[in-house]
Amino acid sequence: MSESGEARCPCHLSIGQEAIAAGVCAALGAGDTIWGGHRSHGHYLAQGGSLEGLFAEVLGKVTGCAGGRGGSMHLMDTEQGIPGTVPIVAGTVPLAAGAALAYKLRGEARVAVAFFGDGALEEGSVHETLNLAALYRLPLIFVCENNLYSSHLHWSERRVADNLNQAGAFHSVPSQRVDGNQVEAVYNAAREAVVRARLGAGPSFLECRTFRWRGHVGAGSDEDVGVRRRGELAEWLARDPIQRAEQELVMKLAMDLEPHRAAIDQEIDRALEAARQAAAPDPRRAGEHVCAR
Amino acid sequence: MRTLTYVEAIREAHAQAMAADRRVFLIGQGLWSPWYAGGSLEDLDREFGRERVLDSPVSENAVTGMAVGAALAGMRPIVFHPRLDFLLLAMDPVINQAANWSYLFAGQASVPLVIRAVINRGGEQGAQHSQALHAMFMHVPGLKTVMPATPVDAKGLLLAAIDDPNPVLYIDDRWLYSQAGPVPEEMYRTSIGEAAVRRIGRDVTIVGISWMAAQALEAAELLTNQGIEAEVIDLRSLKPWDQSRVLESVRKTRHVIVADPGWRTGGASAEIAATIAAEAFHDLDAPIERVTLPDTPAPTSRAEEQAYYPEPEAIVATVWRALGRSKDQAGAAA
Repeated sequence: MSESGEARCPCHLSIGQEAIAAGVCAALGAGDTIWGGHRSHGHYLAQGGSLEGLFAEVLGKVTGCAGGRGGSMHLMDTEQGIPGTVPIVAGTVPLAAGAALAYKLRGEARVAVAFFGDGALEEGSVHETLNLAALYRLPLIFVCENNLYSSHLHWSERRVADNLNQAGAFHSVPSQRVDGNQVEAVYNAAREAVVRARLGAGPSFLECRTFRWRGHVGAGSDEDVGVRRRGELAEWLARDPIQRAEQELVMKLAMDLEPHRAAIDQEIDRALEAARQAAAPDPRRAGEHVCAR
Repeated sequence: MRTLTYVEAIREAHAQAMAADRRVFLIGQGLWSPWYAGGSLEDLDREFGRERVLDSPVSENAVTGMAVGAALAGMRPIVFHPRLDFLLLAMDPVINQAANWSYLFAGQASVPLVIRAVINRGGEQGAQHSQALHAMFMHVPGLKTVMPATPVDAKGLLLAAIDDPNPVLYIDDRWLYSQAGPVPEEMYRTSIGEAAVRRIGRDVTIVGISWMAAQALEAAELLTNQGIEAEVIDLRSLKPWDQSRVLESVRKTRHVIVADPGWRTGGASAEIAATIAAEAFHDLDAPIERVTLPDTPAPTSRAEEQAYYPEPEAIVATVWRALGRSKDQAGAAA
């Protein structure tokens, strides 16, 4: 949809980063919430957001998960614990902490997850939030998806050291580096963090190493950014998180994946068709919902 | 009725709201300090516990963002900024996030948040401790802005802001803290978006905002001695603002002064004046006049500071200028 131009809103695809969303969300339970950014299609789907709602939103339809008001960067499904994603870098990191504070104040054993990219560590609010989360012992998990690039800039053009896994330490937030292309590794790290949070032991920070296959925005692969990235991409394609997960399933559980693949394809076709058929929002109602009543 | 000061009224509104609703909590700087909030939050931490009254680290951006997130998670937070100047460090959560949320998600959720910020003019505090930045926030769709000028509204508007399902910026002014007036003991709400006619007059309308509403009342007293009866409107809410009450008064007096405690260019007074010009042009006998701060930062030294802030006399002089430019000079000055 992004390639053909059918989707007109800016789409930041998370292809290649699927294991992080899947691994973290699998470790969560009912009532937990996830907060995301501009590249959150994966988070939304992994947390159980409606596929039709996503397609319709990206196509600007009234049946979209944000009523067509948000587009790809503003996904929500409150029933599934997705209060909202926003494209201001690090924008939802403090919001996730606020939700965690609300759970703590009410004595609920719920957990909030803040998903953000490596670029977000360049925003002061993430460091402020790390301190606040540690200070208030919030049930919050910081999930940094380090795909090595912030838009077109490689990490080495933005930092002098490859040390995002140390971001939490200064604020006394336990941190670890995880292979973000290995769903089981992500799940195990997230589960540990969830247990910590539910016990009231406070926040955790996970740096999940990964790579985005496509460009910063849109379906292109950013090859214009430099020759080096082309070589890097080839390396990371060989570490395809989905293929790795599939191999595990086949080898360890002897699963037959074909029926699942067929069912998934069918689900996608059905959701996409429904989204395409749906109506656009009525421009006469464009003034609605500025304020809640 | 019992009398309270403006600052006592603010404190009482906080205490009553927290006692009535477990969802209400306070976060921000200076909450455990005996002086930081000028007495407006005194001992709330002792009364309600420090879990619900969080004196935060100096992280305006993340603390305000946390308040937004807590609001989305079902709480009714009040985030406190002892100086409005420091709220500038939290523009993302206020404008990008809280103000946009309802619209962005087609009304599926909203942010019931009170952002309280204080104007600290005077006292040789200089340009970064005294700014009245309400116009910047008034510009933003989805964000309500209120500025009480009296003790009764200081309480009523705060309680209304807490009840509101939207983000509300509540701006109080330290210069008003000692003002005393009748304040009911029960929990009542002052309707957001409704102005109050503080004084009825026939010759000229003075629309006052916050501190300048109080100044306008003093100016009206001086004007009475000079044979001019001014109608004083305390705007109370900047967004939404009470256009119908203002226009009704202007149509009656045919002369209007807008007295704004902020700067002139792009200010609240400009918006109000533009609306009056568009809606009541033919009802006016004289051009719309404004009393504002000059377009300079606040100076520090007392000598310059005193010249910077308009006194009631400045409003009086502006009223006379308006009347002097009136189509019907004799009638207006009679």
